[in-house]
Amino acid sequence: MSSADAAAAIPAPTRRRPVIAIILFALLALLPVAVSLGLPPHWLTLLTRAMIFAIAALSLDLILGVGGLVSFGHAAFVGIGAYATGIMITEGQTETLLILPVVVLLCALFGAVTGAVSLRTRGVTFIMITLAFGQMVYFLAQALSAYGGDDGLTLYERSTLLGFEPFKNRTGFYYVVLGVLIACYGLISVIVASRFGRALRAARENATRVAVTGFRVKGIQLLAYVISGMIAGLSGFLLANHTDFVSPAFMSWPRSGELIFMVVLGGVGSLHGAIIGAIAFLLTEDVLSGLTEHWKVIFGPMIVLFVLFTHGGLVGLLRKLGLGRHD
Amino acid sequence: MTTGLLIVQLLNGLQLGILLFLVAAGLTLVFGVMDFINLAHGVQYMLGAYLAVTFVSLTGSFVLGLVLALAAALVIGLALEFLVFRHLYERNHLDQVLATFGLILLLNQGVKIVWGAAPLSVPVPEFLAGNVALLDGILYPTYRFALIGSGLAVGALLWFIVEKTRTGMLLRAGASNAPMVSALGVDINKLFMIVFAFGTMLAAFAGAMAAPILSVEPGMGDNILILAFVVIVVGGIGSIRGAFVGALIVGLVDTLGRSFMNDLLRLFMSAPSARAAGAALSSMLIYLVMAIVLYVRPEGLLPAKGRA
Amino acid sequence: MTEPVLVLAGLQKTFGALKVTDGVSLSVAPGELHALIGPNGAGKTTLVHQISGMLRPDTGSISFRGRDITALPPEKRARAGLARTFQITSTIPSLSVLENVALGVQARAAHPLALFRNAAHDESLNGPARAAIEAVGLADRAHVLAGSLSHGEKRALEIAMALTLEPAAILLDEPLAGVGREEGERLIALLRSLKGRYAMLLVEHDMEAVFALADTVSVLVYGRVIASGNPATVRADPAVREAYLGEEG
Repeated sequence: MSSADAAAAIPAPTRRRPVIAIILFALLALLPVAVSLGLPPHWLTLLTRAMIFAIAALSLDLILGVGGLVSFGHAAFVGIGAYATGIMITEGQTETLLILPVVVLLCALFGAVTGAVSLRTRGVTFIMITLAFGQMVYFLAQALSAYGGDDGLTLYERSTLLGFEPFKNRTGFYYVVLGVLIACYGLISVIVASRFGRALRAARENATRVAVTGFRVKGIQLLAYVISGMIAGLSGFLLANHTDFVSPAFMSWPRSGELIFMVVLGGVGSLHGAIIGAIAFLLTEDVLSGLTEHWKVIFGPMIVLFVLFTHGGLVGLLRKLGLGRHD
Repeated sequence: MTTGLLIVQLLNGLQLGILLFLVAAGLTLVFGVMDFINLAHGVQYMLGAYLAVTFVSLTGSFVLGLVLALAAALVIGLALEFLVFRHLYERNHLDQVLATFGLILLLNQGVKIVWGAAPLSVPVPEFLAGNVALLDGILYPTYRFALIGSGLAVGALLWFIVEKTRTGMLLRAGASNAPMVSALGVDINKLFMIVFAFGTMLAAFAGAMAAPILSVEPGMGDNILILAFVVIVVGGIGSIRGAFVGALIVGLVDTLGRSFMNDLLRLFMSAPSARAAGAALSSMLIYLVMAIVLYVRPEGLLPAKGRA
Repeated sequence: MTEPVLVLAGLQKTFGALKVTDGVSLSVAPGELHALIGPNGAGKTTLVHQISGMLRPDTGSISFRGRDITALPPEKRARAGLARTFQITSTIPSLSVLENVALGVQARAAHPLALFRNAAHDESLNGPARAAIEAVGLADRAHVLAGSLSHGEKRALEIAMALTLEPAAILLDEPLAGVGREEGERLIALLRSLKGRYAMLLVEHDMEAVFALADTVSVLVYGRVIASGNPATVRADPAVREAYLGEEG
């Protein structure tokens, strides 16, 4: 039978539109309007920070959710991005077009080297090794006494872009971050839907099958790991500018755990879920830390209960309520 | 660098290695038998130290305090097993990692509420105070020798249990083939509880023994947990022998690296840059060792039999 | 006579003290359906793993299309045109049937891992995939997730995935195992329709199917080929009757 006949018998796959993501981005775009109408400006700062972490969570979701690789060292990439930014600004170089390539290249290099070693193992060993490599960068930053060491590094300037100062004003910064977030979401969505993304998804479920089909699975996973690290580095660049400060704590291992929780909170493998998870995480943190300095005593058990009693995260919950479909 | 300093640092490295072994042995045993990755193992080490602080000061006796601290740590450990861990055995590793991460947040903060954020300490017991004279008139604290000795004794006991008893045989079988053990008609839940209790006691013992020489503070378990991971990865997952060898390697490399890296680098560069590079390099050293071991032997140096 | 597609020469593999493959030599000619039978534990699946590259033989060599592939990893063997199916069905459960098969087409496409080109609506992938799906009779299941197929349908899907590699040889590891009678007959018809077009090495327990389909039958007992030849000869071989067929009653 020719493929033309087959085409008549087999309908084309249906196309889906990212409805939830579009609604989400629209709501985020309207927030500054709400602030101008009287919502406390604290919200703008909080959501800017939340979106920066959403970028990191999105990038983690590419390897964790789509690729099935539980990396426990993802904060290292955020930290490398933040430190590269902080050091360059301290040394008097604020031009974004010079900082970003350095950030992205460093993260790609770190990802390629540690990924090549880590991906020689699987499962729990992979978790432990990525955790250890993350910790290595943490200690390295602590040892950087010229750049603040343990105390971190305060930045007295923000990055510039060809003479403009896109990070100077709060609302402007907010929209820049929203723009970057949407771009990252678009980029990762395209990658997931690509040939590469299909092979990566397939390898999560059945690496052997993917190998005997003719793919080099480790190579696919390594590329995903590197791409994910580069995007996380980008969020580090934004974070350094947003907090005017970088510190080893940016890449301490609980940070990596928090990023994992954001992804799981939203729903593993769902890209808009990662964004929702990051925002929900930071809002919860904000509310709880307003209640008591010992907010982690509440937050820790919340994580435990969440893992024990929910499946599919917040996006799964939305789906149960009839919003959005599983794909 | 003098011979005396080298000997002292070797002993320090050995002592760190012993502590790491006690923590890593429990972690690798629990993982090997139950396929359960317990990030909260480090906080159990921390709890051992804090409980030792409380019970030693309550009873005024180190030995009595140690015994009570171990008993209390066991009770807490079993409570956690009952409330949380046993619901995770069937889950994937991601769920296990996340739930035990939540416990770390809770317990690190809980310890701050109960004992405060400031570092605490346990006085060195009187009968182990003082120093032992090594050659060249170099002194080394008696307590540290006691720690090394007791750690080795516990290691030997562990070896005996694992290699020579029926429970140990089941553990070894379980580490390479859990379904087979349950097929033998063994109550797997009971076995899991024993293994878990065992791992908890080892971690708490390490924490309590470390309390007189390290500062007892929130988060002290996190660093040791990650070092224990490095130990397990280097030694081979699920293997007690691997944990022992890995712990000694990590303990010695880390300690010697931190003390001699500066001197070594000063052969090549100026003092200030040697200091800066030395600090950076020595903190990365064990991770580099880990990376090299993995590159050559992805399954670790002495992997458990039947587990590739 | 044409050159054989697949030649195994003196393959040996031991696990501990156990010789699971003990000097196996055999060859498969283009278009030939070569069946490999033997009692449980004879080492059939281990042999298929060695041919597909998932296990490395201790000694001996495997050549495929005149080229020594003994040291190649599985993905390179697959790209060279050596396809396989698994005894325990092996598909990607959360991808649809069409996507599973398109993954195979993709592996042989010009840019198998293009980062930015949408895969789901790519006609250059879906076209050949549809044809393979039609060929194995799964057209009405094309958009069903592989994980929710029946057992026999999964077997057929695996064969479709193998076909997309445009293989010179297909290794079929017990494609009829665990499949019901009706689906089994459909699969036998499918294999018959493929016969002559591909060299096939068929590991199978179903004797009826083997003797109905095979051009050549080899009998593997304790890792060793004890007989090889056309079905009638092998069936009449006294050693085979004793070691194997006799047990079937």
